[in-house]
Amino acid sequence: MGEAIVITSGKGGVGKTTTTANLGTALAIQGKKVCLVDTDIGLRNLDVIMGLENRIIYDIVDVIQHRCRTKQALITDKRFDCLHVLPAAQTSDKSQVTPDGMKEIVAELKEDYDYILIDCPAGIEQGYKNAVSGADKAIVVTTPEKSSVRDADRIIGLLEQEEIEPPSLVINRIRTHMIESGDMMDVEDIISILAIDLLGIVVDDDAVITGSNRGEPVALKPDTKAAIGYRNIARRILGESVPLMNLREEKITFLTKVKRILRIAK
Amino acid sequence: MNHKQKVMIKGTREGLILHLDDQCDFEEILTELKGKLSEHITTDEAPLIRVSIELGYRYIHPYQEEILKEIVREQQHLVVEEIDSKVMTKEVALEWEKDRDITAISQTLRSGQVIDVKGDLLVIGDVNPGGTVRASGNVFVLGKLFGVAHAGSEGWTRAVIAASYLEPSQLRIADKISRSPDQEEVDGGYMECGFIDETAGAIRIDRLQKVVKWRPELVSLERRMHHG
Repeated sequence: MGEAIVITSGKGGVGKTTTTANLGTALAIQGKKVCLVDTDIGLRNLDVIMGLENRIIYDIVDVIQHRCRTKQALITDKRFDCLHVLPAAQTSDKSQVTPDGMKEIVAELKEDYDYILIDCPAGIEQGYKNAVSGADKAIVVTTPEKSSVRDADRIIGLLEQEEIEPPSLVINRIRTHMIESGDMMDVEDIISILAIDLLGIVVDDDAVITGSNRGEPVALKPDTKAAIGYRNIARRILGESVPLMNLREEKITFLTKVKRILRIAK
Repeated sequence: MNHKQKVMIKGTREGLILHLDDQCDFEEILTELKGKLSEHITTDEAPLIRVSIELGYRYIHPYQEEILKEIVREQQHLVVEEIDSKVMTKEVALEWEKDRDITAISQTLRSGQVIDVKGDLLVIGDVNPGGTVRASGNVFVLGKLFGVAHAGSEGWTRAVIAASYLEPSQLRIADKISRSPDQEEVDGGYMECGFIDETAGAIRIDRLQKVVKWRPELVSLERRMHHG
Protein backbone atom coordinates (compact mmCIF):
# COMPACT_ATOMS: atom_id res chain seq x y z
CA MET A 1 0.00 0.00 0.00
CA GLY A 2 1.61 3.22 -1.16
CA GLU A 3 1.60 6.76 0.06
CA ALA A 4 0.07 9.69 -1.81
CA ILE A 5 1.87 13.01 -1.46
CA VAL A 6 0.49 16.23 -2.90
CA ILE A 7 3.00 18.89 -3.93
CA THR A 8 1.48 22.32 -3.65
CA SER A 9 2.43 25.96 -3.11
CA GLY A 10 -0.46 28.33 -3.62
CA LYS A 11 1.66 30.64 -5.71
CA GLY A 12 2.44 29.81 -9.32
CA GLY A 13 5.92 29.46 -10.73
CA VAL A 14 7.74 28.43 -7.57
CA GLY A 15 8.59 24.99 -8.93
CA LYS A 16 5.81 22.54 -7.99
CA THR A 17 6.02 20.68 -11.26
CA THR A 18 9.82 20.70 -11.31
CA THR A 19 9.83 19.41 -7.73
CA THR A 20 7.33 16.68 -8.58
CA ALA A 21 9.35 15.55 -11.59
CA ASN A 22 12.64 15.56 -9.70
CA LEU A 23 11.41 13.91 -6.52
CA GLY A 24 9.74 11.26 -8.65
CA THR A 25 12.98 10.68 -10.51
CA ALA A 26 15.02 10.68 -7.29
CA LEU A 27 12.67 8.13 -5.67
CA ALA A 28 12.83 5.99 -8.80
CA ILE A 29 16.64 6.10 -8.60
CA GLN A 30 16.22 4.60 -5.13
CA GLY A 31 14.26 1.78 -6.76
CA LYS A 32 10.80 2.80 -5.54
CA LYS A 33 7.68 2.35 -7.65
CA VAL A 34 6.50 5.90 -8.28
CA CYS A 35 3.53 7.38 -10.10
CA LEU A 36 3.38 11.09 -10.87
CA VAL A 37 -0.10 12.54 -11.30
CA ASP A 38 -0.55 15.88 -13.04
CA THR A 39 -3.76 17.58 -11.91
CA ASP A 40 -3.22 20.89 -13.65
CA ILE A 41 -6.04 20.42 -16.15
CA GLY A 42 -5.71 22.71 -19.14
CA LEU A 43 -2.13 23.76 -18.39
CA ARG A 44 -0.30 20.49 -18.18
CA ASN A 45 3.48 20.67 -17.93
CA LEU A 46 4.68 17.63 -16.04
CA ASP A 47 4.82 15.52 -19.19
CA VAL A 48 6.94 18.18 -20.91
CA ILE A 49 9.44 18.37 -18.05
CA MET A 50 9.67 14.58 -18.02
CA GLY A 51 10.09 14.59 -21.81
CA LEU A 52 7.10 12.31 -22.30
CA GLU A 53 4.70 14.66 -24.10
CA ASN A 54 4.71 12.69 -27.34
CA ARG A 55 3.56 9.50 -25.61
CA ILE A 56 0.25 10.82 -24.32
CA ILE A 57 -2.78 9.02 -25.64
CA TYR A 58 -5.21 9.11 -22.74
CA ASP A 59 -5.24 11.51 -19.80
CA ILE A 60 -6.65 11.82 -16.31
CA VAL A 61 -10.03 13.11 -17.54
CA ASP A 62 -10.36 10.04 -19.76
CA VAL A 63 -9.72 7.89 -16.69
CA ILE A 64 -12.23 9.77 -14.53
CA GLN A 65 -14.87 9.58 -17.24
CA HIS A 66 -14.13 5.87 -17.75
CA ARG A 67 -13.15 6.31 -21.38
CA CYS A 68 -10.11 4.16 -20.62
CA ARG A 69 -8.64 2.09 -17.83
CA THR A 70 -6.14 3.77 -15.49
CA LYS A 71 -3.32 1.54 -16.76
CA GLN A 72 -3.93 2.63 -20.33
CA ALA A 73 -3.38 6.27 -19.45
CA LEU A 74 -0.14 5.71 -17.53
CA ILE A 75 3.06 6.56 -19.39
CA THR A 76 6.25 4.73 -18.50
CA ASP A 77 9.30 6.92 -18.08
CA LYS A 78 12.08 6.67 -20.66
CA ARG A 79 14.73 6.02 -18.03
CA PHE A 80 13.04 4.09 -15.22
CA ASP A 81 10.53 1.30 -15.65
CA CYS A 82 9.32 1.86 -12.09
CA LEU A 83 8.35 5.48 -12.81
CA HIS A 84 5.03 6.33 -14.44
CA VAL A 85 3.19 9.53 -15.27
CA LEU A 86 -0.55 10.08 -15.40
CA PRO A 87 -0.86 13.20 -17.57
CA ALA A 88 -3.43 15.95 -17.15
CA ALA A 89 -5.87 16.80 -19.91
CA GLN A 90 -4.93 19.76 -22.02
CA THR A 91 -8.25 20.37 -23.73
CA SER A 92 -11.01 19.18 -21.43
CA ASP A 93 -12.98 21.32 -19.06
CA LYS A 94 -11.50 21.23 -15.58
CA SER A 95 -14.92 20.87 -13.96
CA GLN A 96 -14.86 17.27 -15.15
CA VAL A 97 -12.43 16.36 -12.39
CA THR A 98 -13.97 16.00 -8.95
CA PRO A 99 -12.48 15.24 -5.53
CA ASP A 100 -14.31 11.90 -5.56
CA GLY A 101 -12.89 11.04 -8.97
CA MET A 102 -9.39 11.86 -7.73
CA LYS A 103 -9.82 9.79 -4.59
CA GLU A 104 -10.86 6.84 -6.70
CA ILE A 105 -7.80 7.10 -8.97
CA VAL A 106 -5.34 7.64 -6.13
CA ALA A 107 -6.78 4.72 -4.18
CA GLU A 108 -6.34 2.51 -7.24
CA LEU A 109 -2.76 3.70 -7.79
CA LYS A 110 -1.84 3.19 -4.15
CA GLU A 111 -2.30 -0.54 -4.61
CA ASP A 112 0.46 -0.70 -7.23
CA TYR A 113 2.91 2.03 -6.25
CA ASP A 114 5.10 2.93 -3.28
CA TYR A 115 4.68 6.65 -3.84
CA ILE A 116 2.11 8.69 -5.70
CA LEU A 117 3.23 12.29 -6.19
CA ILE A 118 0.36 14.61 -7.07
CA ASP A 119 1.33 17.80 -8.86
CA CYS A 120 -1.14 20.45 -7.74
CA PRO A 121 -2.15 23.45 -9.89
CA ALA A 122 -1.50 26.98 -8.61
CA GLY A 123 -4.29 28.66 -6.69
CA ILE A 124 -6.67 27.52 -3.99
CA GLU A 125 -9.73 26.76 -6.10
CA GLN A 126 -11.24 23.58 -7.45
CA GLY A 127 -7.97 22.31 -8.91
CA TYR A 128 -6.26 22.54 -5.55
CA LYS A 129 -9.17 20.84 -3.82
CA ASN A 130 -9.08 17.99 -6.34
CA ALA A 131 -5.33 17.52 -5.96
CA VAL A 132 -5.43 17.49 -2.17
CA SER A 133 -8.47 15.23 -1.84
CA GLY A 134 -6.64 11.98 -2.56
CA ALA A 135 -3.45 12.75 -0.63
CA ASP A 136 -2.14 11.36 2.67
CA LYS A 137 0.65 13.90 3.01
CA ALA A 138 1.53 17.29 1.61
CA ILE A 139 4.75 18.99 0.59
CA VAL A 140 4.59 22.77 0.36
CA VAL A 141 7.06 24.34 -2.04
CA THR A 142 8.13 27.92 -1.54
CA THR A 143 10.90 30.24 -2.68
CA PRO A 144 12.75 32.73 -0.45
CA GLU A 145 10.46 35.55 -1.53
CA LYS A 146 7.92 37.35 0.59
CA SER A 147 5.02 36.79 -1.80
CA SER A 148 5.67 33.09 -2.15
CA VAL A 149 6.12 32.62 1.62
CA ARG A 150 2.85 34.49 2.17
CA ASP A 151 1.04 32.12 -0.21
CA ALA A 152 2.71 29.12 1.37
CA ASP A 153 1.43 30.30 4.74
CA ARG A 154 -2.08 30.52 3.32
CA ILE A 155 -1.89 27.07 1.81
CA ILE A 156 -0.55 25.57 5.05
CA GLY A 157 -3.58 27.02 6.81
CA LEU A 158 -5.87 25.39 4.26
CA LEU A 159 -4.02 22.08 4.46
CA GLU A 160 -4.50 22.01 8.22
CA GLN A 161 -8.25 21.82 7.59
CA GLU A 162 -7.81 18.69 5.49
CA GLU A 163 -7.60 15.22 6.94
CA ILE A 164 -3.93 14.78 6.16
CA GLU A 165 -0.65 14.76 8.04
CA PRO A 166 0.93 18.16 8.80
CA PRO A 167 2.70 19.38 5.65
CA SER A 168 6.46 19.62 5.27
CA LEU A 169 8.39 22.33 3.48
CA VAL A 170 10.71 22.48 0.50
CA ILE A 171 12.49 25.77 -0.08
CA ASN A 172 13.31 26.08 -3.75
CA ARG A 173 15.47 28.47 -5.78
CA ILE A 174 17.80 29.51 -3.02
CA ARG A 175 20.43 31.97 -4.18
CA THR A 176 23.36 31.63 -1.85
CA HIS A 177 25.02 34.92 -2.71
CA MET A 178 21.81 36.88 -2.12
CA ILE A 179 21.25 35.29 1.26
CA GLU A 180 24.78 36.08 2.25
CA SER A 181 24.42 39.70 1.22
CA GLY A 182 21.19 39.84 3.21
CA ASP A 183 19.03 40.52 0.13
CA MET A 184 17.11 37.28 0.38
CA MET A 185 15.24 35.63 3.24
CA ASP A 186 17.29 32.82 4.64
CA VAL A 187 16.10 29.37 5.57
CA GLU A 188 15.72 30.17 9.27
CA ASP A 189 13.56 33.23 8.54
CA ILE A 190 11.20 31.20 6.40
CA ILE A 191 10.88 28.36 8.90
CA SER A 192 10.22 30.74 11.75
CA ILE A 193 7.32 32.24 9.79
CA LEU A 194 5.82 29.04 8.48
CA ALA A 195 6.55 26.86 11.53
CA ILE A 196 6.46 23.50 9.78
CA ASP A 197 9.08 20.79 9.32
CA LEU A 198 11.72 21.51 6.71
CA LEU A 199 12.04 18.63 4.28
CA GLY A 200 14.81 20.11 2.21
CA ILE A 201 16.30 22.97 0.29
CA VAL A 202 17.15 23.29 -3.39
CA VAL A 203 19.50 25.93 -4.72
CA ASP A 204 18.77 27.95 -7.83
CA ASP A 205 20.63 26.17 -10.60
CA ASP A 206 20.77 26.80 -14.34
CA ALA A 207 20.81 23.04 -14.83
CA VAL A 208 17.17 22.90 -13.66
CA ILE A 209 16.09 25.00 -16.62
CA THR A 210 18.25 23.13 -19.13
CA GLY A 211 16.88 19.89 -17.76
CA SER A 212 13.26 21.04 -18.06
CA ASN A 213 13.81 22.16 -21.62
CA ARG A 214 15.40 18.86 -22.58
CA GLY A 215 12.80 16.77 -20.79
CA GLU A 216 15.44 15.34 -18.47
CA PRO A 217 14.85 16.17 -14.80
CA VAL A 218 17.97 17.60 -13.19
CA ALA A 219 17.92 14.90 -10.50
CA LEU A 220 19.48 12.59 -13.11
CA LYS A 221 22.69 14.63 -13.02
CA PRO A 222 24.25 13.97 -9.62
CA ASP A 223 27.01 16.53 -10.15
CA THR A 224 24.63 19.48 -9.96
CA LYS A 225 23.71 21.11 -6.66
CA ALA A 226 20.00 21.06 -7.42
CA ALA A 227 20.16 17.31 -8.04
CA ILE A 228 21.83 16.74 -4.67
CA GLY A 229 19.06 18.81 -3.06
CA TYR A 230 16.33 16.75 -4.69
CA ARG A 231 18.04 13.43 -3.96
CA ASN A 232 18.43 14.40 -0.32
CA ILE A 233 14.73 15.20 -0.11
CA ALA A 234 13.89 11.83 -1.65
CA ARG A 235 16.07 10.10 0.95
CA ARG A 236 14.34 11.99 3.75
CA ILE A 237 10.96 10.93 2.33
CA LEU A 238 12.23 7.37 2.57
CA GLY A 239 12.97 7.94 6.25
CA GLU A 240 16.74 8.43 6.15
CA SER A 241 18.14 11.28 8.16
CA VAL A 242 20.28 13.38 5.86
CA PRO A 243 21.87 16.63 7.08
CA LEU A 244 20.93 19.85 5.30
CA MET A 245 23.19 20.82 2.46
CA ASN A 246 25.77 23.39 3.40
CA LEU A 247 24.94 26.50 1.42
CA ARG A 248 28.25 28.21 2.04
CA GLU A 249 30.26 25.45 0.49
CA GLU A 250 31.72 27.68 -2.20
CA LYS A 251 33.42 29.86 0.33
CA ILE A 252 35.18 27.00 2.05
CA THR A 253 38.90 27.44 2.00
CA PHE A 254 41.38 24.66 1.87
CA LEU A 255 42.14 25.21 5.53
CA THR A 256 38.56 24.80 6.71
CA LYS A 257 38.28 21.70 4.59
CA VAL A 258 41.26 20.20 6.35
CA LYS A 259 39.82 21.25 9.67
CA ARG A 260 36.56 19.58 8.89
CA ILE A 261 38.17 16.37 7.78
CA LEU A 262 40.08 16.30 11.04
CA ARG A 263 36.91 16.84 13.00
CA ILE A 264 35.19 13.96 11.21
CA ALA A 265 38.24 11.84 11.75
CA LYS A 266 37.99 12.63 15.44
CA MET B 1 -49.32 -14.76 -68.32
CA ASN B 2 -46.78 -11.97 -68.26
CA HIS B 3 -46.20 -11.81 -64.55
CA LYS B 4 -43.09 -9.72 -63.90
CA GLN B 5 -40.81 -11.20 -61.32
CA LYS B 6 -40.42 -9.08 -58.20
CA VAL B 7 -37.35 -10.93 -57.03
CA MET B 8 -34.58 -12.07 -59.29
CA ILE B 9 -31.82 -14.26 -57.97
CA LYS B 10 -28.46 -14.27 -59.70
CA GLY B 11 -25.63 -16.52 -58.74
CA THR B 12 -22.05 -15.28 -59.07
CA ARG B 13 -18.71 -16.57 -57.91
CA GLU B 14 -18.94 -14.29 -54.85
CA GLY B 15 -22.38 -15.50 -53.88
CA LEU B 16 -25.97 -14.59 -54.62
CA ILE B 17 -27.31 -11.26 -55.77
CA LEU B 18 -30.97 -10.56 -55.13
CA HIS B 19 -32.44 -7.93 -57.42
CA LEU B 20 -35.61 -6.62 -55.89
CA ASP B 21 -38.21 -4.78 -57.95
CA ASP B 22 -38.35 -1.11 -56.94
CA GLN B 23 -41.87 -0.25 -58.12
CA CYS B 24 -44.13 -2.73 -56.38
CA ASP B 25 -45.30 -2.89 -52.78
CA PHE B 26 -42.67 -3.91 -50.20
CA GLU B 27 -44.97 -6.60 -48.82
CA GLU B 28 -45.19 -8.24 -52.25
CA ILE B 29 -41.43 -8.52 -52.34
CA LEU B 30 -41.35 -10.13 -48.95
CA THR B 31 -43.91 -12.77 -49.91
CA GLU B 32 -42.16 -13.57 -53.17
CA LEU B 33 -38.73 -13.60 -51.52
CA LYS B 34 -39.89 -16.03 -48.86
CA GLY B 35 -41.34 -18.28 -51.56
CA LYS B 36 -38.25 -18.23 -53.73
CA LEU B 37 -35.78 -18.80 -50.96
CA SER B 38 -37.67 -21.79 -49.60
CA GLU B 39 -37.30 -23.42 -53.05
CA HIS B 40 -33.58 -23.53 -52.53
CA ILE B 41 -32.91 -26.64 -50.60
CA THR B 42 -29.35 -26.85 -49.43
CA THR B 43 -27.64 -29.66 -47.66
CA ASP B 44 -26.13 -29.18 -44.24
CA GLU B 45 -22.57 -29.48 -45.49
CA ALA B 46 -22.89 -26.63 -47.96
CA PRO B 47 -20.64 -23.64 -47.18
CA LEU B 48 -22.01 -20.23 -46.26
CA ILE B 49 -23.23 -18.24 -49.23
CA ARG B 50 -22.93 -14.51 -49.17
CA VAL B 51 -25.91 -12.55 -50.36
CA SER B 52 -26.03 -8.99 -51.57
CA ILE B 53 -29.36 -7.30 -52.05
CA GLU B 54 -29.88 -4.73 -54.80
CA LEU B 55 -32.82 -2.45 -54.09
CA GLY B 56 -32.68 -0.30 -57.22
CA TYR B 57 -34.46 3.00 -56.70
CA ARG B 58 -36.25 1.90 -53.56
CA TYR B 59 -35.47 3.47 -50.20
CA ILE B 60 -36.04 1.23 -47.23
CA HIS B 61 -36.08 2.08 -43.57
CA PRO B 62 -33.58 0.36 -41.24
CA TYR B 63 -36.40 -1.70 -39.71
CA GLN B 64 -37.35 -2.93 -43.19
CA GLU B 65 -33.70 -3.84 -43.71
CA GLU B 66 -33.95 -5.98 -40.62
CA ILE B 67 -37.05 -7.76 -41.99
CA LEU B 68 -35.20 -8.50 -45.24
CA LYS B 69 -32.16 -9.80 -43.40
CA GLU B 70 -34.38 -11.93 -41.19
CA ILE B 71 -36.01 -13.62 -44.17
CA VAL B 72 -32.66 -14.39 -45.79
CA ARG B 73 -31.21 -15.62 -42.53
CA GLU B 74 -33.99 -18.14 -42.16
CA GLN B 75 -32.11 -20.11 -44.79
CA GLN B 76 -29.27 -21.65 -42.87
CA HIS B 77 -26.50 -21.11 -45.36
CA LEU B 78 -27.22 -17.56 -46.41
CA VAL B 79 -25.71 -14.43 -44.90
CA VAL B 80 -26.52 -10.91 -45.99
CA GLU B 81 -23.33 -9.13 -46.89
CA GLU B 82 -24.69 -5.82 -48.10
CA ILE B 83 -27.87 -4.04 -48.98
CA ASP B 84 -27.42 -1.51 -51.75
CA SER B 85 -29.82 1.16 -52.88
CA LYS B 86 -29.48 3.86 -55.50
CA VAL B 87 -31.29 6.36 -53.30
CA MET B 88 -30.44 7.71 -49.86
CA THR B 89 -32.02 10.08 -47.40
CA LYS B 90 -31.14 13.74 -47.28
CA GLU B 91 -29.48 13.33 -43.88
CA VAL B 92 -27.22 10.55 -45.08
CA ALA B 93 -26.44 12.51 -48.24
CA LEU B 94 -25.48 15.60 -46.26
CA GLU B 95 -23.26 13.53 -43.96
CA TRP B 96 -21.72 11.95 -47.03
CA GLU B 97 -21.09 15.33 -48.57
CA LYS B 98 -19.46 16.55 -45.36
CA ASP B 99 -17.21 13.53 -45.45
CA ARG B 100 -16.04 14.55 -48.91
CA ASP B 101 -15.73 18.21 -48.05
CA ILE B 102 -12.58 20.16 -47.29
CA THR B 103 -12.75 22.43 -44.27
CA ALA B 104 -10.22 25.23 -44.24
CA ILE B 105 -9.13 26.63 -40.88
CA SER B 106 -7.02 29.76 -41.00
CA GLN B 107 -5.57 30.13 -37.55
CA THR B 108 -2.63 28.94 -35.51
CA LEU B 109 -3.67 25.99 -33.38
CA ARG B 110 -2.18 26.68 -29.97
CA SER B 111 -1.63 24.35 -27.03
CA GLY B 112 -4.93 22.97 -25.82
CA GLN B 113 -6.90 23.89 -28.93
CA VAL B 114 -8.65 21.14 -30.86
CA ILE B 115 -10.12 21.16 -34.34
CA ASP B 116 -12.29 18.19 -35.25
CA VAL B 117 -13.93 18.05 -38.68
CA LYS B 118 -15.71 15.64 -40.99
CA GLY B 119 -13.95 15.19 -44.30
CA ASP B 120 -10.59 16.68 -45.13
CA LEU B 121 -8.96 19.43 -43.10
CA LEU B 122 -6.78 22.19 -44.44
CA VAL B 123 -5.01 24.22 -41.78
CA ILE B 124 -3.74 27.55 -43.04
CA GLY B 125 -1.33 28.20 -40.18
CA ASP B 126 0.77 26.24 -37.72
CA VAL B 127 -0.21 23.54 -35.26
CA ASN B 128 1.80 24.24 -32.10
CA PRO B 129 2.92 21.61 -29.57
CA GLY B 130 -0.12 20.61 -27.51
CA GLY B 131 -2.55 21.55 -30.28
CA THR B 132 -4.64 18.84 -31.92
CA VAL B 133 -6.16 18.57 -35.41
CA ARG B 134 -8.51 15.73 -36.21
CA ALA B 135 -10.39 14.88 -39.39
CA SER B 136 -12.32 11.89 -40.68
CA GLY B 137 -10.47 12.44 -43.96
CA ASN B 138 -6.98 13.73 -44.73
CA VAL B 139 -5.14 16.43 -42.82
CA PHE B 140 -3.14 19.07 -44.67
CA VAL B 141 -1.19 21.71 -42.81
CA LEU B 142 0.13 24.63 -44.81
CA GLY B 143 2.30 25.69 -41.89
CA LYS B 144 4.35 23.74 -39.40
CA LEU B 145 2.91 20.72 -37.66
CA PHE B 146 4.35 20.35 -34.15
CA GLY B 147 1.29 19.08 -32.30
CA VAL B 148 -0.90 16.02 -32.71
CA ALA B 149 -2.64 15.25 -36.01
CA HIS B 150 -5.23 12.52 -36.42
CA ALA B 151 -6.41 11.68 -39.94
CA GLY B 152 -9.08 9.11 -40.73
CA SER B 153 -10.41 9.59 -37.21
CA GLU B 154 -13.42 7.39 -37.97
CA GLY B 155 -11.30 4.50 -39.13
CA TRP B 156 -10.39 5.38 -42.72
CA THR B 157 -6.92 3.86 -43.10
CA ARG B 158 -6.12 5.43 -46.48
CA ALA B 159 -6.01 8.92 -44.94
CA VAL B 160 -2.79 10.93 -45.10
CA ILE B 161 -1.28 13.77 -43.05
CA ALA B 162 0.80 16.26 -44.99
CA ALA B 163 2.53 19.42 -43.79
CA SER B 164 4.89 22.04 -45.13
CA TYR B 165 7.04 21.22 -42.11
CA LEU B 166 6.43 18.00 -40.26
CA GLU B 167 7.78 17.61 -36.73
CA PRO B 168 4.73 16.32 -34.87
CA SER B 169 4.62 15.04 -31.32
CA GLN B 170 2.24 12.36 -32.56
CA LEU B 171 0.71 11.23 -35.84
CA ARG B 172 -2.44 9.17 -35.74
CA ILE B 173 -4.09 7.61 -38.77
CA ALA B 174 -7.25 5.59 -38.16
CA ASP B 175 -6.24 3.45 -35.15
CA LYS B 176 -2.46 3.61 -35.70
CA ILE B 177 -0.32 5.91 -33.60
CA SER B 178 3.30 6.92 -34.06
CA ARG B 179 5.30 9.36 -32.02
CA SER B 180 8.40 11.43 -32.52
CA PRO B 181 11.67 9.65 -31.75
CA ASP B 182 13.30 10.19 -28.36
CA GLN B 183 16.74 11.23 -29.53
CA GLU B 184 17.23 14.90 -29.29
CA GLU B 185 18.02 17.19 -32.16
CA VAL B 186 15.90 15.12 -34.52
CA ASP B 187 14.71 17.71 -36.94
CA GLY B 188 11.43 17.52 -38.75
CA GLY B 189 11.16 17.58 -42.50
CA TYR B 190 9.92 20.02 -45.07
CA MET B 191 7.09 18.91 -47.34
CA GLU B 192 6.51 15.53 -45.81
CA CYS B 193 3.54 13.26 -45.56
CA GLY B 194 2.51 10.46 -43.21
CA PHE B 195 0.38 7.50 -44.26
CA ILE B 196 -0.18 3.91 -43.23
CA ASP B 197 2.22 1.50 -44.90
CA GLU B 198 -0.01 -1.57 -45.23
CA THR B 199 2.87 -4.02 -45.54
CA ALA B 200 4.52 -2.76 -42.35
CA GLY B 201 1.18 -2.09 -40.66
CA ALA B 202 2.52 1.18 -39.28
CA ILE B 203 2.61 4.86 -40.07
CA ARG B 204 5.38 5.83 -42.44
CA ILE B 205 6.65 9.25 -43.45
CA ASP B 206 7.84 10.04 -46.93
CA ARG B 207 8.48 13.06 -49.11
CA LEU B 208 5.26 14.70 -50.18
CA GLN B 209 6.16 14.30 -53.86
CA LYS B 210 6.30 10.54 -53.47
CA VAL B 211 3.01 10.09 -51.73
CA VAL B 212 0.89 9.95 -54.86
CA LYS B 213 2.66 6.71 -55.58
CA TRP B 214 1.16 5.31 -52.36
CA ARG B 215 -2.12 7.13 -52.53
CA PRO B 216 -3.07 7.59 -56.20
CA GLU B 217 -6.60 8.53 -55.15
CA LEU B 218 -5.28 11.86 -53.92
CA VAL B 219 -5.51 12.95 -57.56
CA SER B 220 -9.28 12.93 -57.27
CA LEU B 221 -8.97 15.25 -54.34
CA GLU B 222 -7.31 17.79 -56.59
CA ARG B 223 -10.24 17.55 -58.96
CA ARG B 224 -12.66 18.06 -56.11
CA MET B 225 -10.88 21.23 -55.14
CA HIS B 226 -11.00 22.62 -58.67
CA HIS B 227 -14.76 22.31 -58.73
CA GLY B 228 -14.95 24.28 -55.55
